[in-house]
Amino acid sequence: MLTKISGGHVIDPGYINARMDIWIKDGSIFEVCEEGKGTLESSSPDRIINAAGKIVVPGLIDMHVHLREPGHEYKETIETGLKAAVAGGFTAVCCMPNTKPVNDNAQITSFILEKARQAGLAKVYPVAAISLGLKGDSLAEYAELKTAGAIAVSDDGMPVSSGRLMRNAMEYASCFGLLTIAHCEDHELACNGCMNEGSVSTRLGLRGIPNISESIMVMRDIELSDLTGVPVHIAHVSARESVNAIREGKKRGIKVTAETAPHYFTLTDEAVGNYDTNAKMNPPLRTETDRLAVIKGLEDGTLDIIATDHAPHSVLEKELEFDKAANGICGLETSLGLSMKLVHDGIIGMESLVRLMSTRPAEILGKDNHLKPGNNADIAIIDPDAEWKVDSSKFQGKSKNTPFNGWDLKGRAVMTIVDGRIVFEL
Amino acid sequence: MQLSGKDILDISSLSMDEINLILDTAERMKEINQRPVKKVPPLKGKTIVLFFHEPSTRTKLSFDIAAKRLSADSISMAASSSSMVKGETLLDTAKTLEAMNPDIIVIRHSSSGAPHFIAKHLKASVINGGDGMHAHPTQALLDMMSVRQKKGRLDGLKIAVIGDIAHSRVARSNIEGFTKMGSEVVVAGPPTMIPIGIESMGARVAYSTDEAVKGADVVMMLRIQKERQGDFLFPSEREYAREFGLNPKRLEKAAPDAIVMHPGPMNRGVEISSDIADCGRSVILEQVSNGVALRMALFLLLSGGVKNVDED
Repeated sequence: MLTKISGGHVIDPGYINARMDIWIKDGSIFEVCEEGKGTLESSSPDRIINAAGKIVVPGLIDMHVHLREPGHEYKETIETGLKAAVAGGFTAVCCMPNTKPVNDNAQITSFILEKARQAGLAKVYPVAAISLGLKGDSLAEYAELKTAGAIAVSDDGMPVSSGRLMRNAMEYASCFGLLTIAHCEDHELACNGCMNEGSVSTRLGLRGIPNISESIMVMRDIELSDLTGVPVHIAHVSARESVNAIREGKKRGIKVTAETAPHYFTLTDEAVGNYDTNAKMNPPLRTETDRLAVIKGLEDGTLDIIATDHAPHSVLEKELEFDKAANGICGLETSLGLSMKLVHDGIIGMESLVRLMSTRPAEILGKDNHLKPGNNADIAIIDPDAEWKVDSSKFQGKSKNTPFNGWDLKGRAVMTIVDGRIVFEL
Repeated sequence: MQLSGKDILDISSLSMDEINLILDTAERMKEINQRPVKKVPPLKGKTIVLFFHEPSTRTKLSFDIAAKRLSADSISMAASSSSMVKGETLLDTAKTLEAMNPDIIVIRHSSSGAPHFIAKHLKASVINGGDGMHAHPTQALLDMMSVRQKKGRLDGLKIAVIGDIAHSRVARSNIEGFTKMGSEVVVAGPPTMIPIGIESMGARVAYSTDEAVKGADVVMMLRIQKERQGDFLFPSEREYAREFGLNPKRLEKAAPDAIVMHPGPMNRGVEISSDIADCGRSVILEQVSNGVALRMALFLLLSGGVKNVDED
């Protein structure tokens, strides 16, 4: 099987930023070459994809999604989650372990990978639990989890309160090459809060979550990384204090990496409006100062990547009193469009965006997804100028919870290719 | 003039004119409550559901009496006796209620925003009878009514609100109400009880009761929720009473004709000394009486006017 992606503007940060052809042979990249100058030019490809006017990039990787299977298939299955992923331009996702049962054992990891294989869409890199049952009491069996295919460990959603457990988790995970991902939250300071602490929470009479409930744990985990020498990846950064702490940590040479999500650089706590549960998430939407600090962090490299924290919920969890509603929003299908705004607004260049959403996540996960011969052909083709309206009723995923319904966005994936197969085409 | 919206969810969605209309109407209702036969017919055939998801005796009783004096059929529904204890969601409860065609629903709920949620799903008028830490608009309106009676106006006054502002829906609604009507509101309490950003609602913050009370025309004390002592908000009732409670000596700092208010129920000897609660400047019981008249006014206005009452 021979495929040619013809005449697109190829952006592979640090390597290529030019109009090129890409030749794919049997699922792998065979050659990236000047237009019409490939070594296979004289042969006739089985398929030619005309990418003129489009941007061709290494497939996007979302390091933070919730696929809900096993246990909550009514919100999302691995298959529907992956349909959403490829519709967003993602060729791989890391799925968090808070399924039911929790992904704290090899059987669940294997189950997830088998389901993903059957779906045959985007790739799945399972993130296993740090602690058994996400309870924060004892370590899961990392060796077996690694063998089964886990790529990292995290108790996402359930902050690891014990500094000792977190230290041991990082040290123990490192000997199996598993990355530790930290959901940073001091539960005591968050104190059952359901939105950002500030004038909006005061006006609405909702319990607030202060910024430092996040940043104090970011600081702890940076120090633990310093102590152990083990890399730590900070999940979904929302607060300016966290951005500052990560910036300082990097200056000190500590192996800390971090992600933020499109909602943190797009919205503020004002989006809660009159108790709109679609704007309820954890960490919560912060203030304008935080939003700008997150953008600055993306600009100067303090924040390494954009992830989505894709958290599908049914109306059962969202059509409720605000304080009782579940946290989280669907992110996979709006991530690129929302992030492209940073490019259209001139805040970052397209190459930086590709780094944030594709090659840097790969690096952090120890993968190589550059567009170079021999690598799997995982590719996204983006129309940077496509104007479209978010319509949650048309989401490929099962759930529709998003604060962006009805928004006009510019830029989206028009084709997603995994292992040389077209898995999504607009 | 009529109210512009179908619901009474908070003070911020009422205009100055609407507040004046409500207070004026309530004044006219007071007379009915003094009659030997305290019942008029304007809401005959109307159904008012009192849906109290959170325990409350006085507010519920006040709404109930108000409904009955206007000849409405009032039906009480408590969370403990509703299907919500069987796991029914608020949305399902709302839809069930809707199917029974009530005219007005009064809701008290422990979750902030629950009345907004219900109102969005119902054709009936919804009155917020207190939601979480958010709003208690009928309490604020009856407080404004009580102040207007005593002071003859609502503008240019200094209102001190003292106590656990962070957890008080009464405080929030009163801040919105009195500042909207042109008064200055000063809140006071220990910093653990002053929420971040309360200034953005129009209040000035003092961390000392003495400072807040100084020159105040109205001193409004809030109930200390004793169950909150485990939240590290204050060390003991003894210290709270001494530092933040209202006593005769502290009240001397207020304007000579200052009045004392409390939404009740009171912790005598904690936020308010017993002699102050019972003194001639206390309007605490008048607040309760005004509550009935005020709620009658709201029922009438939401049902389309006051014409029938005048004819009666």
